[in-house]
Amino acid sequence: MTEATKDFYLANFAQFETEVAQNGQAWTQPLRKAAIRRFAELGFPTTRLEEWKYTNVAPITRIPFQHAKRTAQGLAAEVLGRATIPGLVSTQLVYVNGHFVPELSALHALPKGVEVSSLAQALATRPSGLEAHLARYAGFEEQAFVALNTAFMQDGAYVYVPRNCVVDVPIHLVFISLPRGEATVSHPRNLLVFEEGTQATVIESYIGLGHDVYLTNAVTECVIGQNAMVEHCRLEWESASAFHVATLQIQQARSSNFVSHAIAAGGVLARHDINVVLDGEGGENTLNGLFMATDQQHIDNHTRIDHVRPHCTSRELYKGILDGKGRGVFNGKIVVHKDAQQTDAMQTNKNLLLSQDASIDTKPQLEIFNNDVKCSHGSTIGRLEENSLFYLRTRGLEEADARRLLTYAFASELVNRVTVEALRTTLNDRVLTWLPQSQRVEEA
Amino acid sequence: MLDIRNLHVNAAGHEILRGIDLTVNVGEVHAIMGPNGSGKSTLAQVLAGREDYEITAGEVLYEGKSLLAMAPEERAHEGIFLAFQYPVEIPGVSTTYFLRAAVNAVRKHRGLEELDAMDFLTVLRDKMRLVEMDQTLLNRPLNEGFSGGEKKRNEILQMAVLDPKLAILDETDSGLDIDALKIVASGVNGLRSPERAMIVITHYQRLLNYIVPDFVHVLVDGRIVKSGDRQLALELEQKGYGWIEEQVRGGQPVSS
Repeated sequence: MTEATKDFYLANFAQFETEVAQNGQAWTQPLRKAAIRRFAELGFPTTRLEEWKYTNVAPITRIPFQHAKRTAQGLAAEVLGRATIPGLVSTQLVYVNGHFVPELSALHALPKGVEVSSLAQALATRPSGLEAHLARYAGFEEQAFVALNTAFMQDGAYVYVPRNCVVDVPIHLVFISLPRGEATVSHPRNLLVFEEGTQATVIESYIGLGHDVYLTNAVTECVIGQNAMVEHCRLEWESASAFHVATLQIQQARSSNFVSHAIAAGGVLARHDINVVLDGEGGENTLNGLFMATDQQHIDNHTRIDHVRPHCTSRELYKGILDGKGRGVFNGKIVVHKDAQQTDAMQTNKNLLLSQDASIDTKPQLEIFNNDVKCSHGSTIGRLEENSLFYLRTRGLEEADARRLLTYAFASELVNRVTVEALRTTLNDRVLTWLPQSQRVEEA
Repeated sequence: MLDIRNLHVNAAGHEILRGIDLTVNVGEVHAIMGPNGSGKSTLAQVLAGREDYEITAGEVLYEGKSLLAMAPEERAHEGIFLAFQYPVEIPGVSTTYFLRAAVNAVRKHRGLEELDAMDFLTVLRDKMRLVEMDQTLLNRPLNEGFSGGEKKRNEILQMAVLDPKLAILDETDSGLDIDALKIVASGVNGLRSPERAMIVITHYQRLLNYIVPDFVHVLVDGRIVKSGDRQLALELEQKGYGWIEEQVRGGQPVSS
């Protein structure tokens, strides 16, 4: 079965390759060929692999996803606005089924030297920043999905912020999936390069409008120069039947500061990898994550932080809310390398189970190869506190409302960490809408 | 207003309340005193609707209706309020938001219009003076990082805004210094009214210097073994609980 699907992707690649050659992207062929070769060797991951122990991607391998074509189907700007982040002022790049749509996109007046374009365009024009960084960080040697993305990457965003440049307005990358009639796959690929001394905020939204089956296989590489400050928000709200696999690869230089907010509530099967390499002294990294799964959803979060250089700090807080038959996975690894003395790393994962059938597998891991470090990690799994529920009910709140309020309170810690106000408001609304309605609340 | 008849309650297989009889009329303030482990807090929790207890016998009538069949929120809607001995901290929910949600839940039940944020703040400011509560606490998460005194004042503030008919104060004096105790007591006294009954549960008579009860009951080993007026509380302060416990356990009728 897996072999057949693998052959299917290999056959698709042969056809895709000829298109690429005609598009003036022949220069990418060695990279793509290397990636597909590696994919052919790796095949799709199985649960026998430690990193995929809790997530079975067999449902993905069973479906012959076709390459998503550019659709003529229109999307009204108002619909788009409501479906994404209402009220957000941003430089916005919109992709429908993986293809850039200029009519829906808007480039704000960007500071001089800042480049923001579709990846397809960048692949054609080959700006110097692109070749210096593309596929240099998100390794595909061990990552089959990254290999597939690298082989098939077609569109996405290329962002380049030159030295000492401050970009005030957030850059919003919107990946919208519209009903396509057949099961299709898109491989969004983003390269975000922030040179020394820059400041910027990037938001990636993955949103499904409809109920059909599709696969999003996204990779974002983010390169952060010395003293740069970058905030990154990732909103995954795919359709209920969708599959979503994504890797966010962060490379941090000396004294840089990176904050991630990863919010995931979409898809029937979703896997999010965030890998951070603290590759310069004094780097600071914060990973905030909130995931919510219900019905038959499965949401897997893998984070890996490599403390390669001394004096770096990492702070990680992930919270999961699992309802219905929802299943969550948190696997957080912190690796402190031999030379990374004075590392200060703290990782926390808290999970809330709202129903009998919901479950979570949590696995915090520390691998430390230096004695002079301060590291801690911990995880909790719990249900709503009976005492808190009773307290709220004695104040007149219906039981269902009391449960909703306590669940909301659990999530709000992470929502409140988002600094972009319009996004925070949207997240707040989305969390409130997501919360179990009274009839769905089961006795915990 | 409240009629407790032969109430027997088990917790985790142990009989905690062993036949409580108590009648509280509107406008009255009853103090229930007793040593640790006598069942005082269990009684308070059972009256408020805690589900962890097993009622093995007896009944409780509240305004003529069977109280024990009601959910905790129904009791709140009907005018019962419990000030917790250990108020719960709820990070992520501001005190104002919580108070408004509570007030509106109760108002909705009583057929009153829900208060919007502005109207509610007006009501709240008025009630806050009663317990000398700081405005900044309202924007903080409910009880999170509050001092013991602030938590108890917050309980009385909730009581003031929810305007109950029967208020049960469970060891409201525990963990309070004398200044905080005075503020809390004066808040409670400000809420005494001919339309409201109160049950004040305490280990120490100190609180009753400030909240003067109409009746005092002594609870020992799950039974009310002695009832009287304020003098009984003073006597307990002088002599402690030992003599009563000895008499109860020795099978003697309790006399002083």
